[in-house]
Amino acid sequence: MEAFIKHFAAQFDDTEVGEFTATTVFKDLEEWSSLLALSVIAMADEEYGVKIKGEDIRNAKTIEDLYNVVKSKQ
Amino acid sequence: MAFLSVKNTKITGIAACVSKFIIENKQSPLFDTESLTAFINGTGVERKRKAPADTCTSDLCIAAAEQLIKDLQWNKEDIDILIFVSQTPDYVLPATACVIQERLGLSTDCYAMDISLGCSGWVYGLQVVSSLLQSLDKKGKALLLVGDTILKFCSETDKSTYPLFGDAGTATALEYNENTGEMYFDMHTDGSGYKAIIIEDGGFRKQVTESSFAMHNRGEGISSNNLQLSLDGMDVFSFGIQRAPQSVNALIEHFQLDKEGMDYFLFHQANLFMNEKIRKKLQIPPEKVPYSLKDFGNTSSATIPLTMVTQLQKDLQSRHLKNIACGFGVGLSWGSVYFETDCITVPDLIEI
Repeated sequence: MEAFIKHFAAQFDDTEVGEFTATTVFKDLEEWSSLLALSVIAMADEEYGVKIKGEDIRNAKTIEDLYNVVKSKQ
Repeated sequence: MAFLSVKNTKITGIAACVSKFIIENKQSPLFDTESLTAFINGTGVERKRKAPADTCTSDLCIAAAEQLIKDLQWNKEDIDILIFVSQTPDYVLPATACVIQERLGLSTDCYAMDISLGCSGWVYGLQVVSSLLQSLDKKGKALLLVGDTILKFCSETDKSTYPLFGDAGTATALEYNENTGEMYFDMHTDGSGYKAIIIEDGGFRKQVTESSFAMHNRGEGISSNNLQLSLDGMDVFSFGIQRAPQSVNALIEHFQLDKEGMDYFLFHQANLFMNEKIRKKLQIPPEKVPYSLKDFGNTSSATIPLTMVTQLQKDLQSRHLKNIACGFGVGLSWGSVYFETDCITVPDLIEI
């Protein structure tokens, strides 16, 4: 989980690293955008070999939700 | 996995035609200054060409074909095969290839048909035409016309489609020739993703009704009706970064190709962010991966031949090249091809 949060945070340029926790509602972050969604999909592919779909991102609220998706697909 | 190889087919020329009407994304009401910069940095699309209402894909392809036939000094009666690959035909029926046969003045002995594919269309079309040339009872000639006027399907109030796409038509000339290298193909389909890029209404599953015209708000800055193109950018991205590199690697491995010895890798271009992910995953240096995205956007099945005409014209005209092309998208459908070109005819980009 810790590593996943780090990878997730690494996709952002302007958001403080301290803002990322398991319960962060990532779509509420000011920097969140459709392009960042693509970065997160790419991160899951590169770091975990997992294919996240648009639906997975749409259904997830927190970083932990997304972590669980990645874990279940591994 | 569908691996195919075809001997005795030579690409002798490629031409492309676009409308002279330019749409600048920086003038789009869909963006403010900040979001415009983010959009252009992410997608790489600064401007594109839009065909006016009275210009169809066939018109663009015919202009490209006429120039190519002239420059190649072909006799029209020698053209045995005409394949039109598009998802923006002139009519629901008849097949646009039949209309084009007459308009180009080709022989009534001509084999002509349409293929309905998008982003993978040039690669699929090349496979079909080269195979058909092997079945002819003579050393024949073929025209592969590929393109779309996809902006006609895009809602001007949909920032996920309208700023990304552009219109273009292309013509590729092929001949039976025994003194040429083989073409190798790797082809795939995954219909489970058919909804990722779709126009819901207007076909026969969901015929046009009054409700087809109702606008739907599908997300921030994404408003369109069911007769317009709907794109799940995240699904397409996830598909592209996985399948395109897999296919190129499978092609190289199966046919034992020398990856380092390739001159160019030509990818369908959907957006720069995705294309660069694909390039980096395959560890190909940027100078071997030309893009036409900046000035023309995602031109559907035309991206690969349009990129060859606009970015590689001199190289294609003057030397022997080893190339790999990979098309991927709507369907979902994808495929890769290895092909060589040797001093082929490439007219300047045509504008009508």
